[in-house]
Amino acid sequence: MHDLAYERPETLAGALALLQARGRHAQPLAGGTDLIIGLRHGTLDPDTIVDTKHIPELRPAITDSGGLLSISANTVLADIAADRRVQEHFPALAQAAATVGAVQIRNRATLAGNICNASPAADTAPPLLVYEAEVVAIGRDGMRRIPINDFFAGPGQTALARGELVLAVDLPVPTGPTGSAFGRLTRRRGADLATVSVCACVTGSGVTRLGFGAVGPRPLLVTDDSGLLADPAADPAARAGLLARLATAASPVSDVRASRDYRMRMLLVLSQRVLSAAITRRGEE
Amino acid sequence: MSQTRRIRLTVNGIPRELDAAPQHTLLDLLRDTLGLTGTKACCLVGECGACTVRLDGRIVDSCLVLAVEADGAEVTTIEGLAAGGRLTRLQREFLAHGAVQCGYCSPGQVMAASELLRAHPHPTVAQIREGLAGNLCRCGCYAQITEAVLATSGEDDQ
Repeated sequence: MHDLAYERPETLAGALALLQARGRHAQPLAGGTDLIIGLRHGTLDPDTIVDTKHIPELRPAITDSGGLLSISANTVLADIAADRRVQEHFPALAQAAATVGAVQIRNRATLAGNICNASPAADTAPPLLVYEAEVVAIGRDGMRRIPINDFFAGPGQTALARGELVLAVDLPVPTGPTGSAFGRLTRRRGADLATVSVCACVTGSGVTRLGFGAVGPRPLLVTDDSGLLADPAADPAARAGLLARLATAASPVSDVRASRDYRMRMLLVLSQRVLSAAITRRGEE
Repeated sequence: MSQTRRIRLTVNGIPRELDAAPQHTLLDLLRDTLGLTGTKACCLVGECGACTVRLDGRIVDSCLVLAVEADGAEVTTIEGLAAGGRLTRLQREFLAHGAVQCGYCSPGQVMAASELLRAHPHPTVAQIREGLAGNLCRCGCYAQITEAVLATSGEDDQ
């Protein structure tokens, strides 16, 4: 890795000032599990690393307030997977967080890092999409809330302005009966990224939201308001047809993990599976 | 040249005060500065687990931690496990079950298994597979490693 400067601001204002001053040459550091690989491979080329782990507002915390579960930026995935409130209200997020890398990675990697890295295959993205999470970001001009579906702009690209930091990810706690599940196809659990990932959330009023990962330039959200997908007693052919129509939003590439054709087919298989699991969970509530 | 930064950390119970360059990893610091070569460098992308160490009570891939991030931290490496030169029960079971072939992955396997046993003193085979999923063994000693962990399960002196 080439020479660079390391800054460790102790205040949010200090961090924002640094990011502002260094512009595109500064790179925020959270868990580092993507950043350090990027530095080593030369895909990231900052001259200043701004370590965010000593900023009080970003310190690991999962807080429950007014129907929102707020996960602070530097909360690591291991703690999200193990959190009782996440498991209860957002089980697919707990599942997805427990799927990222292996123990060593989950002990270090953060939720904010996972979404800011903005990989189309980010495991936590499909659950955050179906749970309608909001990203709380702060910059020199103040704080703003970004709906997660507006956050992902493309591979490695987010809606964050230069110099903005993620403070937290907020999840609205479901009020009615809801069922959700996450599934991922991968070549080797513990080391490889998702070949395809899907998250499903079905509500009591019959809305189905599906989050697709690794099948397009960014994680995708598709919604069925008709009630068809959420109704296990509906005509199977009609349900499969609707699912196939929703899956046309996907535009996977062929790469080292799988061909485009395989991904498209597995997207449907995985969607059927997680949808069934989500409906079952809704029934258990 | 990058400016080095003075850091203080405790490694295997010994307080250390060192200069670290920002681009150096904890792995570099342990192996090259402190000579603790039990921690292995292998994939350098956080997939193989050969560089596993305990950092403030949690196992991490030391290839994905900058040395400067470990300022103020408590680090345990494979050299820190065998207190007074006496192998832990887990290490003895690794030997007894032939869980070591070329041995390159073993320090990381032992660190990860040690963490697993702290969290789950009586792990199931599924828990062992999950707990060691981040540690690759290219000799394919997975069955023997699992047996060694199972043999340590529930023992007082893990």
